[in-house]
Amino acid sequence: MLELIQQIVNGLSLGAIYALIALGYTMVYGIIKLINFAHGDIMMVGGFVGFFSLTLLGTNILVAMLVAMLVCAILGVLIEKIAYRPLRTSTRIAALITAIGVSLFLEYTTIFALGPAQKIFPDSAFPLKAYDIAGLSILNKDVFVVVSAVVLMLVLQYIIKWTKTGKAMRAVSLDQEAAVLMGISVDKTISVTFAIGSALAAAAGVMYGVYYSTVNPLMGIIPGLKAFVAAVLGGIGIVPGAMVGGFVIGLLETMVSGYGNSLYRDAVAFGVLILILLIKPTGLFGKDTGEKV
Amino acid sequence: MKKNNRKKIAALVIMVFMLAIVAGCGGGAADNGDKAGDKTETINVGLNVELSGGVASYGTNARDGALLAIEQINAEGGVLGMQLKPIVRDCKSIADEAMSVSAALVNEKIVAQIGPLTSGNVAGSTPIMMENHIPLIAPAATAVNVTVDEKTGKTNEYIFRVCFIDPFQGTLMAQFAAENMEAKTAVIYGDNSSDYAKGLAQYFEKTFVEKGGKILATEGYVKDDRDFRATLTKIKGMNPDFIYVPGYYQEIAPLIKQARELGITAPMGGGDGWDSPDMVSVAGNEALNNTYFTNHYSSEDKDPNVVQFVEAYQAKYNKDPDGFAALGYDSVKIMVLGLEEAGEADPGKLAAALSNITDFVGITGNMSIDEQHNPVKAGVIIEFKDGKQVMNTRIQP
Amino acid sequence: MQKNNKAIRFGLDVLILAALFTLVQYLITTGLLNQYYQINLTSMCINIILAVSLNLINGFTGQLSLGHAGFMAMGAYASVIMTQMWDQPFILGLLAACVVAGLGGFIIGVPTLRLKGDYLAIATLALGEIIRVTLQNIDYVNGPAGILGITKMTTWPWLFGATVFTIVVVVNLINSSYGRAIISVREDEVASELMGVNTTKYKVIAFVIGAMFAGLAGAMYAHFFYIIKPETFNFLKSFDILVMVVLGGLGSTTGAIIAAIFITILTAALQSFPAIRMILYALILIIVMVYRPQGLMGNKELSRRTFGRIWGGQK
Repeated sequence: MLELIQQIVNGLSLGAIYALIALGYTMVYGIIKLINFAHGDIMMVGGFVGFFSLTLLGTNILVAMLVAMLVCAILGVLIEKIAYRPLRTSTRIAALITAIGVSLFLEYTTIFALGPAQKIFPDSAFPLKAYDIAGLSILNKDVFVVVSAVVLMLVLQYIIKWTKTGKAMRAVSLDQEAAVLMGISVDKTISVTFAIGSALAAAAGVMYGVYYSTVNPLMGIIPGLKAFVAAVLGGIGIVPGAMVGGFVIGLLETMVSGYGNSLYRDAVAFGVLILILLIKPTGLFGKDTGEKV
Repeated sequence: MKKNNRKKIAALVIMVFMLAIVAGCGGGAADNGDKAGDKTETINVGLNVELSGGVASYGTNARDGALLAIEQINAEGGVLGMQLKPIVRDCKSIADEAMSVSAALVNEKIVAQIGPLTSGNVAGSTPIMMENHIPLIAPAATAVNVTVDEKTGKTNEYIFRVCFIDPFQGTLMAQFAAENMEAKTAVIYGDNSSDYAKGLAQYFEKTFVEKGGKILATEGYVKDDRDFRATLTKIKGMNPDFIYVPGYYQEIAPLIKQARELGITAPMGGGDGWDSPDMVSVAGNEALNNTYFTNHYSSEDKDPNVVQFVEAYQAKYNKDPDGFAALGYDSVKIMVLGLEEAGEADPGKLAAALSNITDFVGITGNMSIDEQHNPVKAGVIIEFKDGKQVMNTRIQP
Repeated sequence: MQKNNKAIRFGLDVLILAALFTLVQYLITTGLLNQYYQINLTSMCINIILAVSLNLINGFTGQLSLGHAGFMAMGAYASVIMTQMWDQPFILGLLAACVVAGLGGFIIGVPTLRLKGDYLAIATLALGEIIRVTLQNIDYVNGPAGILGITKMTTWPWLFGATVFTIVVVVNLINSSYGRAIISVREDEVASELMGVNTTKYKVIAFVIGAMFAGLAGAMYAHFFYIIKPETFNFLKSFDILVMVVLGGLGSTTGAIIAAIFITILTAALQSFPAIRMILYALILIIVMVYRPQGLMGNKELSRRTFGRIWGGQK
């Protein structure tokens, strides 16, 4: 029983990181119907910015996270302007291929500039404290990750539901042309979406660095892929879906490793993806809108 | 319509010209090597290492160690009166690229090739080395079938290595766990995506069972994993006496950290893939207490040779050397010994000399090359004590 | 009159091919083409087969498949088991490769080709990875260590034959009624379905044939490069092939061939600058998609008519 609860704790903090990344995927897809392949790599850039903020600027972890979020928000907007905006009227394949290009570009430019080796987060950034609660090992890192993720998600929900920008985002994702007619600046709204999504990914990147103590240029690929599965699971384009999806994938992965065979851990994410796409492609919370001719 | 076709033909013609030019360049890179360095004045040494791709960090460090050795030797007058000229190429962690690189290096008239690092990539180079009769010295490829052809049982004439083979390390640690640690039960949690780790695990299991121990479970992770808590929680429940974790330090360091965080206090062991300063930076001193690994050498060794190497490396590269750097260094030094014994910078004679080496004093141990072109050298069990690597036992095979 | 022309054109084609074959064979036998060039020539032909086959799926059928390396892996392993472990001749190995890869294409294609656009892309990416991870866990083929010591059976005649075979089959497929159906699926799937074209059937046909040739390429690869491991066939390899197809033009076989040759040469030229090479690939993808999404050749082919116009004066 104790082991089960421990596994649940493990799964929740893993899931929190996936959820944050999944949110960015889902928001971007919801608004321009593009799977931003490069999203996982924005998480990686966020992690590195956090690293440099901690080591070069000597800030504390919260400031480092904010700096990373800011930098990546700008990066996200730039990427959208340069690579995705010209392709808004092109085929989806074209946009997807460009996204792959951006992803490779981010990864290999980082390797070129900083070398392929991992960078180690200083321990002083987040001194470890373990809470031994009735035999369970809960670390202050676990608490930090889950709490920050939940806070950020609540902030996001607030933005989407209660602010004008949020309303604009919802409008554009529902019907782009009608939104234009209502006087909404589509370009600006899309930029804002990218900014927010990238900021969340950056936060995830910093948390990853804190949690696993290292960042490396290729660290975004696998979590990015799993977060994408999470977004699809929850219903791509649906924000609460991404949050739920992230936690579900995190827990599922942990359970399979803990009770099944650890070798199949990655296969779980892929397997879930295939199943979802075959059975209910619109995801847990999605509605089937059918195809209009 | 006309214009479109013209443009296309033009494009095609341009492409053909580019083909010719680059083809000229590609082969020409070889020619440049010949013209720039007079054959009689330099000995060309090919460094075919992974500088990008999955194992880039190992290749980079091995290259750094090798280049340091070459620099030191050249400063002392070179070999046989000639300076060593390193030609470094990246095989991108892919075996077919390793083959292509070797072919390019052969065009540069190398006397020997150092690297690649992983067994798979060495295999990629092997046909070229064998066909051209040029020796290859592998710093860190540990699979048995790198130097011995599995189908025929014969030793590959031109392939050598300066590192242990998988059976040795796994067996050593099993012996240590069973006898020194008196462990009756063990769990193996290794890198499932690495042939090196799987080899070690296989031999650990064999020896541990032979010594009366019981393997409770075999778990796996894959390269680039960072979250091991689910499986570690499961292992904690099994309560083994010893946990064998063969793999590379990038994954091992967070793994050990998480294990300790979860409250696992059992001793843990691994192989030479653990050897890196990153282990301490990531896992921390406390977590690493009560962990052991088999290694060729210890960077904390007070042996003057080792000390000199560590200091020179730090001075030149501003970072601490890991095991791969040390092996890269030794690869060059053993090649130099071979050259001196051969008396000439001739690849064939070098290969013959290398097969007969009996007393090479390297920083990764004193070694003799045996019939399978593997080094016979002592292995050490290193223990982490407060973040320092401390020699626990030295075992002579 | 027309029949004569056709015969003449066919004869000319065969002559050109024979000349090319003999020239290269001569260069190899006399040693004028050294090992380094032979290796690159082999890579070039393998890349051409891969690019042309992927172009069939991505370019002509409009289905974005990102798991092509998985089929290459299936072919490679199947052929190696056939020739190394069961001691069969090379031709059986090649046959095994095509059959296994084609079968794989069928098994994967039928369920996933129901998906559209981005979903298909991700699904194929995931499946390519699943193939790789599965191979890593099969002890019969040594898992991550892979199989080494593969006898070198891929020689220039085989390479040339396989490459020409692939191109001929694909070009003929496209110019047939099957090809027209396939292209109609790309142009407008819904309209095509309304016109009575069984879109699923043609998508699967294209997918299976593309997979078969990827398997052939894999077998060629395995029997030249001495060792295969699951890692060799990861998604980076799939991306490599994608870059060739995108650069050449999605929907042009000639484009795919030219781009494959170009990328192989580029890779060799940039051997000393690997990080730059990947950055360059990334930039190629982005720039081509943004500024010239039709790639180098668009969906036009280099045909005899084009040559005729140049040599015979403009009309």
